[in-house]
Amino acid sequence: MSQLFMFEKPLGMRDTLPELYEAKSQVRNAIGNEMKQWGYQFMETPALEYYETVGTASAILDQQLFKLLDSQGHTLVLRPDMTAPIARVAASKLLKEDLPLRLAYSASVFRAQQREGGRPAEFEQIGVEMIADETVSADGEVIALMVSALKQANLENFQISVGHIGFVQELFLQILGTEERAQSLTKFLYEKNFVGYREHVKGLNLSSIDKQRLLDFLKLKGGEEVLDFAQSLLENGKGREALLQLQQLWEIVVDYGEQEKLKFDLTLVSHMSYYTGILFEVYADQVGFPIGNGGRYNLLVEKFGKTTGATGFALRVDRLLEALGELKKAEPAHCILFSDERRKEAFQLARDKRGEGVKVALQDINGVKNIDQFTEQYGEVTFLIGKAGRGNES
Amino acid sequence: MKDLITIAMPKGRIFEEAADLLRQAGYELPPEFEDSRKLIIDVEEERFRFILAKPMDVPTYVEHGVADLGIAGKDVMLEEERDVYELLDLQISKCYLAVAGLPGTRMNDVAPKIATKYPNVAARYFREQGEQVEIIKLNGSIELAPLIGLSDRIVDIVSTGRTLVENGLVEYERIVDITSRLIVNPVSYRMKDERINELVERLTSVMQEGVKLR
Repeated sequence: MSQLFMFEKPLGMRDTLPELYEAKSQVRNAIGNEMKQWGYQFMETPALEYYETVGTASAILDQQLFKLLDSQGHTLVLRPDMTAPIARVAASKLLKEDLPLRLAYSASVFRAQQREGGRPAEFEQIGVEMIADETVSADGEVIALMVSALKQANLENFQISVGHIGFVQELFLQILGTEERAQSLTKFLYEKNFVGYREHVKGLNLSSIDKQRLLDFLKLKGGEEVLDFAQSLLENGKGREALLQLQQLWEIVVDYGEQEKLKFDLTLVSHMSYYTGILFEVYADQVGFPIGNGGRYNLLVEKFGKTTGATGFALRVDRLLEALGELKKAEPAHCILFSDERRKEAFQLARDKRGEGVKVALQDINGVKNIDQFTEQYGEVTFLIGKAGRGNES
Repeated sequence: MKDLITIAMPKGRIFEEAADLLRQAGYELPPEFEDSRKLIIDVEEERFRFILAKPMDVPTYVEHGVADLGIAGKDVMLEEERDVYELLDLQISKCYLAVAGLPGTRMNDVAPKIATKYPNVAARYFREQGEQVEIIKLNGSIELAPLIGLSDRIVDIVSTGRTLVENGLVEYERIVDITSRLIVNPVSYRMKDERINELVERLTSVMQEGVKLR
């Protein structure tokens, strides 16, 4: 490896400079407050976890994990998501009598770069997990909360696509007969390869009716009416459970009054094995990647030793900022430049102003070489220099 | 322009066929469209913006969302493995990926060398054949490699096979058939679904007519 320059950072690592930090905090606060308002409690987990536990349980691909060894030789990972660590804590500590648990987090997660740059390897996620409630109400709640939180962050133009992995599995199993064949067809959906899907279906040894059912499946995208069409693809109403859940979800979100941003997309398969029911992604104008995603993951908590359901979502703060575009800048601080003679007066003034909620920077004038340049970054500037009474304000 | 759709088009061979297809689908493209040397062409009447890219780069633009749609060869899709929707087989620019080399030669037993523009596809293919090979990435004139002793075999696209014949090479294995695909950014696919669905429908009916004519 060539020698590193002092300014270099590992691939995909980024600095957050003050302006961006401010913007991030605004978004984090807006969304975090909404989560708290809905009764979710924030928590933190360590940045490092064991590869064997959280690392393998997480939904993130193995090649995207940052791995390292501890002094005992255990493989560690930098947490690639927050869901798995929270499932670990919930299963081992928090879940009592399987009462529903509402948890929230905002934290950096780490995913190694796959190819070229242009993507951060560390980024902040803010999200919630609703554990031990297996009702569709829980799924509805997290979706409604997500919509509400995004609105609180002033995002207007966004859309949520909702799918159900149970429907895909049921339909494919009905038509294809075996788990294995269903799985290989599902893989095309996961890879977003509709051309490959159609070719695969055409090559299958099926009746033309069944082939048509599989081809029509790709059209299951749109509003509530999609559910009726989906129903017609199922044999004798078998496997309606997933569709009933989606119908119920729709009604719940309607009751929340948040259905406007919701669309169904039954071809949505965000992961090959992680989700177990309703799943969703959220998209915003002007950002090429989903700004968040979520769904029901009933098998994850089980990996940590408790059998119970869970659902949740995670939003990516960096992409959300991109979607929001220009944010309103923070008010510049008030600056008091003082000399030794009037130091005490300056401190008193600063204390008073801060008491009124004004941000005040105190600066010894002897520490500044170019005063004009220095004061440019502040809003109001007060000079307390020389003998008392001779100070001027500008 | 509101609800503008940005389409990444591959420069060169595929471009004209793709433009032709869009015209058949009823989109009004200006006559000088194909002759322009501009990299960004706005067609205001249709609310389209075309960006002209290297074929290999089309999926990159689409994945990052700077283009909503793109037209890309399956060869490029296999090589790049980008996270985009592959919606439609446009049935244009038909060719295939093949393994070729000098006639009557065998691959080196110890370290067979393969020259190609498609290192990922080639590596995957030989691995699936149970063979470990060494890949040499070239950017063009791949046929040179076996002629001057750089590699045992090449993996490249073949359309008529003429280039191979003229350089005294023969095809050993056919890897996969290639056509151009309509690809879509996953976010655009949802946020601009009405316009994209319409485009897909119009292109689909053009292709179905094409099938009937044949």
